[in-house]
Amino acid sequence: MTLKTEHFVLNLGPLHPSTHGVFRLRATLDGEVIVDIEPVIGYLHRGIEKLAEGCTYKQNIPFTDRLDYLASMSNNLPYVMAVEKLAEINVPERAEYLRVIMVELQRIVSHIIAVGTFVQDLGAFGTPLLYMFREREKILDLFEMVCGQRLTYNYMRFGGVSHDIPDEFLPALAKFVDRMPGFIDEYDQLLAENEILLARTKGVGILPKDLAINISASGPVLRASGVKWDIRKADPYSVYDRFEFDIPTGSISDAYDRYRVRIEEMRQCVRILRQAMEQLPKGKVLTEVPLKLRPPAGEVYAHIEAPKGELGFYLVSDNSDKPYRFHVRAPSLINLTALRQMLIGWKLADAIIVFGSIDICLGEVDR
Amino acid sequence: MTVALPGKELAGKLEAQFPTSIVESSPASLIVKSEFLLRIARYLKATPGFDFDYLSSITAVDYGNYFELVYHLVSLEHNHSLVLKTRCYERDEPVVPSLFSLWQGADYQEREIYDLMGIRFDAHPNMKRIFLWDGFQGHPLRKDYSDDT
Repeated sequence: MTLKTEHFVLNLGPLHPSTHGVFRLRATLDGEVIVDIEPVIGYLHRGIEKLAEGCTYKQNIPFTDRLDYLASMSNNLPYVMAVEKLAEINVPERAEYLRVIMVELQRIVSHIIAVGTFVQDLGAFGTPLLYMFREREKILDLFEMVCGQRLTYNYMRFGGVSHDIPDEFLPALAKFVDRMPGFIDEYDQLLAENEILLARTKGVGILPKDLAINISASGPVLRASGVKWDIRKADPYSVYDRFEFDIPTGSISDAYDRYRVRIEEMRQCVRILRQAMEQLPKGKVLTEVPLKLRPPAGEVYAHIEAPKGELGFYLVSDNSDKPYRFHVRAPSLINLTALRQMLIGWKLADAIIVFGSIDICLGEVDR
Repeated sequence: MTVALPGKELAGKLEAQFPTSIVESSPASLIVKSEFLLRIARYLKATPGFDFDYLSSITAVDYGNYFELVYHLVSLEHNHSLVLKTRCYERDEPVVPSLFSLWQGADYQEREIYDLMGIRFDAHPNMKRIFLWDGFQGHPLRKDYSDDT
C-alpha cells in the first residue's frame, strides 16, 4: 500500500521568537522537510523613503537611525556622505576619524547582537548572549558620552559630526579596546568548538560563491561564501585607506562560516579602532553648512560597508531643500533573497539557524 | 577604488553591438532603450573585460512624464562599476523587462519597485506586492499619489 502524503503550509510568525523584528516565514513542508519558503515582510513598513521626500535634508538624518536600529551610526554615515557628495561639502579630518571610530564600534555592537541571538536560537539560552551584551553596554556608554543617546544616535551631520568627544571618551575607549580581544577569546572558548553549535551549523545553509554573487548578497554573508569583497577596501571612503586590516572570509559558505566571519571581523574592528585612536588629529569636527541646504540638481549614490552589508543611499536633488528621491539600498532585504535557496531541502529546525545566520534587521528590510 | 566606467565611451562600444539602443550617455551613466535592456545587461554581464557579475542596486525615480530605472552594476573581478538606466514613458501600465534571469538579486528589489512605484517587470517569476498588502490601492512613491484616494 502506498502512503498518500500531501504538503502542508506552516506560518512561522509573525513575531516568531527567533526573528529580530516582525517577520513571517511561510514554509511549505513535506513532513519535516522544507519544500518551499516565502518570506512575508512589510509589517514594519513606515514609508521612510516617501516621508524623506517631504522633509529637508537635515530632518532626514534621524530617519536613517530608524532603518537598521541596531546600527544607527552606520546608517547615518552613508546618508551624510551622499549629501556631502551632492553639495560638495568638506569634512574636517578629525570628524572623519570620529566617524570611523563610531561605525567600527557600531559594527562590534551589531555583530554581538547577530552572534548572540544566533546562538540563542540554537538553544544556548542566555549565557553567550548576556556575556556579549556586557560589552555592548560598554559601547552604548561610549555612544551616550558623545551624543546622549543609546540607540538612535543622530550623531552625524553634513560636514562632520554634531559634537566633539568629551574628555572622558578616549580613556574609556582605550580601556575598552584593550579588553575587547580578551572578551572575544572568551566567546570563542564558549562557542567556537562547542559540539552542539558545530553539529547544528557546520554544513548547514550553504550559499555557494557564485550564487552569493548572483543574488547580490553583501557583507558577512557574501564574505562567508569566500568572496573577498569589502567596500572599505574595494572602494575606500572616509579615511579607511589609512588603516591596516584584513578581510576575513569563509570557505565552506555555511552558517558556521558566517558566524566565524563576524567574530573575526570584531577583531579587525579592534585593530582599526587602535589605529584610529593613535592617528586622531586635533581640530574642528564640523564644517559650517547652511541651515536650509539646497544641493545642486543631480543625483548621487554613496555606499559603505555596514555591519550587515552594502548600505547605500541613492539621492536625487532638484535643487530644493528636500530630496526629490531618497532610496536606501538595504543589505538586510537583499541578503534575505538568499534564504529560499539555502533552505529548500533542509529541515524546519534548520530554518531558524539559517535565518539567524543571515542577520537581518526588519527596520531596514521594510523601511 | 571602484572605477566608474565612463558612460560615453561605453555607449560607443554598445552602439556598435546594438545599433540605436542608446538614448543618452554621460560620464556618470548610460541610458538605454528598455527593449534593449535585457540584451545589453546580458552582454555587460557575459563579455570579458566588462564582467558585471554583481547587480548592486535597482531603484526607480518618478520624473512626472517618465519613470527612470537605475541599475548599479559592479564587477567584483575588475572592481569597476556602471550606472545603467532605462526609461519608461507609460504611466497607466508601465512595463520593463526583469533582470531576474541574469541576477537573482533583482527579485525583491523589482518587487519593491512594483509595490511602491507601480512598474511591472516582465518575466519576473513572482510579480506581486512585497511591503504593502494585496488590496492596497495605488503606489505611494509616485509623485501624484495622494493619501485620500
